Amino acid sequence: MWFKWSLLTTSLLLSSTVICAEFEANAKVGADSRYFFEQGQYPEQLENTQPGFYAQAEIYYAWNNSSDSITFIPYYRYDNQDAERTHGDIRELSYIHVSEDWELRAGIRRVFWGVTEFQHLVDVINQTDAVEDIDGEDKLGQLMLNLSTVNDWGIVDYYLLPGFRERTFAGQNGRLRGPAAVDTNNAVYESSAGKQHVDLAVRWSHSIGDFDLGSYWFHGTNREPLLQQSTQEPISLIPYYEQMDQLGIDIQATSGGWLWKFESIYRDTSNDNFAAAQAGFEYTSVGILDSDADLGWLMEYAWDSRGQASESSRGADLQNDLFVGSRIALNDVQSSELLIGFRTDMEHHSNTFLIEANRRFGDNYKVSFDLRLFDSNQPQDFVSMLNNDDHIQLSVERYF
Amino acid sequence: MNKISINKLAAAAVFTLVSSGSSALTQEQQGLQISQQVKQHDTGWTDSSADMLMILHNAQGQKSIRELKIKTIEQLEDGDKSLTTFNKPRDVKGTAFLSFSHPVEADDQWLYLPALKRVKRISSRNKSGPFMGSQFAFEDLSSFEIEKYSYKYLGDQAVNGLDSFMVEQYPADPHSGYTRRIVWVDKEAYRIQKIDFYDRKNTLLKTLTYTGYQQYLNQYWRADTMNMVNHQNGKSTELKWKNYVFKSGLKDGDFNKNALKRVR
Repeated sequence: MWFKWSLLTTSLLLSSTVICAEFEANAKVGADSRYFFEQGQYPEQLENTQPGFYAQAEIYYAWNNSSDSITFIPYYRYDNQDAERTHGDIRELSYIHVSEDWELRAGIRRVFWGVTEFQHLVDVINQTDAVEDIDGEDKLGQLMLNLSTVNDWGIVDYYLLPGFRERTFAGQNGRLRGPAAVDTNNAVYESSAGKQHVDLAVRWSHSIGDFDLGSYWFHGTNREPLLQQSTQEPISLIPYYEQMDQLGIDIQATSGGWLWKFESIYRDTSNDNFAAAQAGFEYTSVGILDSDADLGWLMEYAWDSRGQASESSRGADLQNDLFVGSRIALNDVQSSELLIGFRTDMEHHSNTFLIEANRRFGDNYKVSFDLRLFDSNQPQDFVSMLNNDDHIQLSVERYF
Repeated sequence: MNKISINKLAAAAVFTLVSSGSSALTQEQQGLQISQQVKQHDTGWTDSSADMLMILHNAQGQKSIRELKIKTIEQLEDGDKSLTTFNKPRDVKGTAFLSFSHPVEADDQWLYLPALKRVKRISSRNKSGPFMGSQFAFEDLSSFEIEKYSYKYLGDQAVNGLDSFMVEQYPADPHSGYTRRIVWVDKEAYRIQKIDFYDRKNTLLKTLTYTGYQQYLNQYWRADTMNMVNHQNGKSTELKWKNYVFKSGLKDGDFNKNALKRVR
């Protein structure tokens, strides 16, 4: 053993003089607080303020002229009110080997697919860290073996995904949840392998002129659980994870100041099969009013073949919904940005509104402000559960 | 290789014409020839990488720092491909930018956002906007291609103690932020010494000066320092270049979306 170690150290020492090795470490810590304008709709929910802090580090080591590298990204959040929101996760702990026309990535990683802004339909590899935020953009690390091959006709990624990650949900005291908390300790699986089911995916992506195209097939555990009411007291919701096959496609056409976007999926489970799509555009005017600022306009439409929820069917949340938004980037030294977005259901009364603004202070601080408003009078609509959850959020991050 | 040597021959022929001051040429032809010389003198470096430190000064004397790493691979039949990684400010660390430039058509550009692990194809329409809040516009940092301008030779003048050609350049792209640029090119080695930028109202907007030229591989000249001064708002941005490496064997595969997602 000792011999092995010393041999290893010697070879590392020797190689470090010949082969360029790189080490990097950095981190961010942040403090944030939500302020809810009203009392919660459901008993036990926290009152108005929800403060917390979070930290994330990133350690990177590369050798063999960066042909081999390891990345480690641990994350932790402490929430003062909701025990379920206090959580840690290994966002990444992975090894990459790069060869001339292929690369192998092994370990815990995050992968993003898609082109649209208001909904991420085709993004399926990682589980949503829903307790972190409700926009679906925070993801839990997923264990994977991913071979990526580069060809003249596009990049093909093969994924082997062992070890399913369950979705996080706000707890008993949390806001931004339904009438009953989700019992994340008693999830049920369709597959007899449960969390050990090994999922598979293959994706092709390519850029041809103004077009960026992607298409994939996924076979495995549905990341979106069905929530079933428990039969025992106290009443809670039990997540049920089905098996699914999903085909996905994403297209972006980039022309002048226009980005045209389209995403669509077809999902087949033992309960259901349906198609859904998100499509729209983003147009940016640069240097508005003789300033350095850019002004962007966004519009997207969501469709789902399941239709709206009713007493007889679960339906889909975003089945005939229109999103409009505007993005302003001042392009100043502090990188000040503002995003305003509005969603409305075109079939029944359900609206959401958001503002996201952020700005750098000095070299190492960033301050963000968010506002979110929810309004629906339809008991079957998901937004009706959030009617009392209008809130603002302020966060301050320090980077090291 | 063949193509380069043929181009070199052509360049030598052009050089003879310019240096003999052939009066048969119009100012436009002379301007074009000098600019072709500039391009020709800086062709054949294959690939390069360098670290860039950007120091932003505002009119009140406050400073702000940006740190970037830029890798470029030369394309003889097209505009160059480049991959830029951001290191500072720290909140954008890990962000990377991939650009396939084209002489005439719009460039293809992708941005990698590390927080979301997302690669986003972006519009390259924004030529005139400021790069990272600096006094450099995106178009000031893009690769120089002959087809991007039309030219006019204005005369000779000494700049930085070097006898130089003065060439006026008119951008072909209607989205450029400039009506024209005046470029001073030294006669000794066809290096750009200074550029005056005129805004859309044809008023002097900025001056860029190149200092501390170093020669690499006994052939290619790069300035250590580039200083951009905005005459209208009193702000300036200094670029300091370090660790230039040429012909390190970069391949096309170092400039694709996979590379964009892992580059440091």
